[in-house]
Amino acid sequence: MMLIPCPWCGERAQVEFAYGGDATVKRPADPASASDREWHDYVFVRDNPKGPLDELWYHAAGCRRYFRVRRDTVTHAILASTPLPEIT
Amino acid sequence: MTRYSIFSLARNALSHHERWPLAWRSPEPKPAYDVVIIGGGGHGLATAYYLAKEHGITNVAVLEKSWLGLGNTGRNTTIVRSNYMIEPNAHFYEHSLKLWEGLSQDLNYNVMFSQRGVINLAQSDAQVDAMQRRGNAMRLNGIDAVWLSRDQLKAMVPLLDCSDHPRYPILGALLQPRGGTARHDAVAWGYARAADARGVDIIQDCEVTGFRIDRGRVTAVETTKGLIAAGKIGVAVAGHSGHVMALAGLRLPIETHLLQAMVSEPVKPCFDTVISSGATHCYVSQSDKGELVFGGSLDGYNSYAQRGNFPAISHAATGLISLFPSFSRLKLMRTWGGVMDMTMDGSPIIGRTPIDGLYLDGGWCYGGFKATPGSGWVFAYTIARDRPHALNEAFSLDRFQRGFALDEKGMGPTTGLH
Ligand SMILES: Cc1cc2nc3c(=O)[nH]c(=O)nc-3n(C[C@H](O)[C@H](O)[C@H](O)COP(=O)(O)OP(=O)(O)OC[C@H]3O[C@@H](n4cnc5c(N)ncnc54)[C@H](O)[C@@H]3O)c2cc1C
Ligand SMILES: [Zn+2]
Repeated sequence: MMLIPCPWCGERAQVEFAYGGDATVKRPADPASASDREWHDYVFVRDNPKGPLDELWYHAAGCRRYFRVRRDTVTHAILASTPLPEIT
Repeated sequence: MTRYSIFSLARNALSHHERWPLAWRSPEPKPAYDVVIIGGGGHGLATAYYLAKEHGITNVAVLEKSWLGLGNTGRNTTIVRSNYMIEPNAHFYEHSLKLWEGLSQDLNYNVMFSQRGVINLAQSDAQVDAMQRRGNAMRLNGIDAVWLSRDQLKAMVPLLDCSDHPRYPILGALLQPRGGTARHDAVAWGYARAADARGVDIIQDCEVTGFRIDRGRVTAVETTKGLIAAGKIGVAVAGHSGHVMALAGLRLPIETHLLQAMVSEPVKPCFDTVISSGATHCYVSQSDKGELVFGGSLDGYNSYAQRGNFPAISHAATGLISLFPSFSRLKLMRTWGGVMDMTMDGSPIIGRTPIDGLYLDGGWCYGGFKATPGSGWVFAYTIARDRPHALNEAFSLDRFQRGFALDEKGMGPTTGLH
């Protein structure tokens, strides 16, 4: 089973986590003026890399925090795990 | 091509089956083709076959990076059905099912299509409502659907736990009698042999590594066997759609996910249909060898690994045992995984792309095996005529932008949920 290092709780079994998907997707900065194309790209289109991917995981059965993991989609090796920046 | 028949079988028996000709040639690629198909899974091979058969286009190559059927074609659990509710899906999959019904004769190759019925269990009141609605929609579209009461189900599948004891008691089920299973490798091999007989070059061990694009039009593919020029290029690489289309500079509404399946040790015939349960995330059939072939849901994270983690295996096995308590002592023989091109609405993409001469057949999620004949048939049409057939018009790549997503279950744009 994959062991996922939570920045707050340390390495835990994958079953404790929920997947939050691609972390690089960015909501249009100014929603009111974004074009259909920009909304389409934000909602539907993904890079879907074969290799390292930055993604969100949620420690559902633990500290219940989202954090960011860099994981290789071919080997499943985890390359980095960092807290999300504080929202101010 | 030697036709397979009782006579050729008898003739070859006399020579101890040592003189059967190879099922297809393995030529070196020519410098140029009218059409190049990327991906030698069922979909790519079927496309090449129908290009030759239906449209008379025979100067065609199928390029496969490893060998035929090593992708999802040879890894899937072979359930074939057309029990869809929304119109474009219903008509497309029903067309595919009709092609399945004549496929062994058409290809002169036994694909072992077995119409043993596909049963979806309803294990909550909401599921009863949703399934009856789907069954009614299917019947309005001329597709067979039968509602089974718990007692009817119990009589059909005696080993199924139809009591009130399980966490999710079975309340009834939707049966599609014409659904069933087929032999996966035979589908790849049968299409390959029939396409080859019509002049298609099947080239294995040939990976596409780039596209040549001139003023918005594809002209050639770069491969591990050199540059191959092509008038038109069809991409049918399933889980690899994302990074192959990225070679042409396109991003897709697709994420690649991992799906596992497994087989138990073989046992005597114990049920003769296909059972699937949304409540427990499990589906199962029994192979001709007697193994229980079963699987469940996605592993749940983006992956190209073709091998998964234990929680998904344990989850599918738990689901199976809750349906069939008597299977709990069986040993697992093998597990494996494949990579799924999951779209944002759970429906496939078959059509043109923003680049002229480049066509995409992908986004099959975990249900593309049953689509193989239909997909090849409409994709060949689309490539030959440079426009979609009525059956795949709705599956265009730009439907997301136009607001016409085909979300069968209303899940929203989260690939892992479809
Ligand atoms: C465990 C599992 C269970 C499933 N169960 C079912 C089921 O019960 N019913 C059902 O209908 N569907 C099922 N599916 C889904 C089904 O298998 C797929 O949707 C379907 O096989 C896709 O068909 P294909 O021919 O396009 O794919 P594939 O057979 O994967 O063919 C794509 C081919 O493209 C090749 N390729 C990739 N990149 C390149 C490149 N750059 N150059 C050259 N070649 C390349 C690959 O090697 C591969 O052979 C299941 C899948 C899995 C993994
Ligand atoms: Zn934690």
